[in-house]
Amino acid sequence: MDLDEHLFRRESGRLVAALTRIFGVHNLTLAEDVAQDAFCRALEVWKVQGTPDNPAAWLMTVAKRRALDLIRRDRTARTFAPEMGRLLDSEWTSAAAIDEAFAAHTIRDEQLRMMCSCCHPRLPEEVQIALILNILCGFGAHEIANAFLVNRAAIEKRITRGKKVLAGARRLFDLTDAEFTVRLSATRHALYLLFNEGYHGASADAAVRADMCAEAIRLIALLRDYPPAATPETDALAALMCLHAARLPARVDDAGDLQQLFEQDRARWDLSLVAQGLALLERSAAGSEVTAYHVEAAIASAHISAPTPEETDWRLIVSLYDRLIAIAPSPVVALNRAIAIAQRDGPDCGIEALLAIGDTDRLARYPFYPAALGELELRRGNYDAARNHFAAALALARNPPERRFIEKRLDACA
Amino acid sequence: MSDFVFLFRSTPEGQRAAMGTPEAAQKSLQTWLAWIRELEGKGHLKNPGQPLEPTGKVVRKDKMITDGPYAEAKDLVLGFMIVTARDIDEASTLAEDCPLVKGGGNVEVRPVRVLNY
Repeated sequence: MDLDEHLFRRESGRLVAALTRIFGVHNLTLAEDVAQDAFCRALEVWKVQGTPDNPAAWLMTVAKRRALDLIRRDRTARTFAPEMGRLLDSEWTSAAAIDEAFAAHTIRDEQLRMMCSCCHPRLPEEVQIALILNILCGFGAHEIANAFLVNRAAIEKRITRGKKVLAGARRLFDLTDAEFTVRLSATRHALYLLFNEGYHGASADAAVRADMCAEAIRLIALLRDYPPAATPETDALAALMCLHAARLPARVDDAGDLQQLFEQDRARWDLSLVAQGLALLERSAAGSEVTAYHVEAAIASAHISAPTPEETDWRLIVSLYDRLIAIAPSPVVALNRAIAIAQRDGPDCGIEALLAIGDTDRLARYPFYPAALGELELRRGNYDAARNHFAAALALARNPPERRFIEKRLDACA
Repeated sequence: MSDFVFLFRSTPEGQRAAMGTPEAAQKSLQTWLAWIRELEGKGHLKNPGQPLEPTGKVVRKDKMITDGPYAEAKDLVLGFMIVTARDIDEASTLAEDCPLVKGGGNVEVRPVRVLNY
């Protein structure tokens, strides 16, 4: 049978979660080694015997067996998870305890605990995301480095630092802890950043970026699967991810070039993700609270509900951006708001709004700020000004597709 | 047609590179499966062989038995396979496409000697 393309990566996160349940988070490396052993074993055996009918179950059986061997061997030399108490001391109870750790609901809970642990308040966001990608999504350091355009040594440092904090805590985050709401919110934020890195990030490798979006969607589904975490805010974030991801197939054309929202072939949008996103957005309205995720999802929905770019309701979109700025002000939000204003009121107003953005430090290296100025100057017929802005944008382009995109806009100024 | 034994060798570094992350491991698996499927499809696969455990014992003349092959070994025999091919050249060409070769390891191709008078 044919294998799911990312089976190992996904199973890695699940196996490591279950194994950490048994060994304890201070033995995270051991859990990772056992998962890795299972993949090596799979390669040896499947090569000769072909792929089993249920590869995930096969890997799990191997991991369980290996875990039992390790416990027998290291019972006296090592301490395992404190939650396991004395269960691992005897042959009878250890096999049952291992089975329990690999039960579907335990794996789900352990992945959640792991996610919450990765989002420890002492860890900076970039460390949290690197940890989530590494432990829960099975990304190696060089794969993460490639996705973030950061060198491998820096990513390795982040992961090592993060794992030290995890191990220091002795046990994974307890889902019944009073801090749960706070940690859940941090976890959502990390997933939001992970998704954004996939959607807007600097890596030129579209496949890597799409993988990150897919992982964020998979992990947010884990949150939604656990009732205390399935709040309207979680639904709103999931809606936002689906509605953006639906447009991913149209963002790059067949030649690998970036497509502006206005030029995208809307027939290439993923309709099942659109439907999921809209349903989630509706669910997210259940509470009384309107969060930034709600507003962002509503903006995405306004874009996606327009059958043609001309039919986009810019009045609605500008008012949503006004609301977003009030809840979660950021220069990038202000930039997008200015673009919406230009669509509603014309390029003069758009430029005025762009120039009014206060904190442009964070936009100083973002190619789409000068590119937006260039676009609006072009519309006003100021070719020289437009050319200067696009030239500035070109100098900031982070990868070949961005460079080609801006070069095309430069050509339009001739 | 004659039989050839393929002996698969790799280095610890080569193995780490091939299996280091879940994604790398899965890619290795998929290229192996594709290679073996092709051998099988073209009727070259006589016996898929067996993997070998990486360690065992080495027995020598002075009856010294050591754990081995060798801790510092550059090449570890990972396993073997029996392939049918027209001649050693065809067998070698088949081995060239083995994922191990591209991954820094090597495949030793040895004709199985035919015993006759």
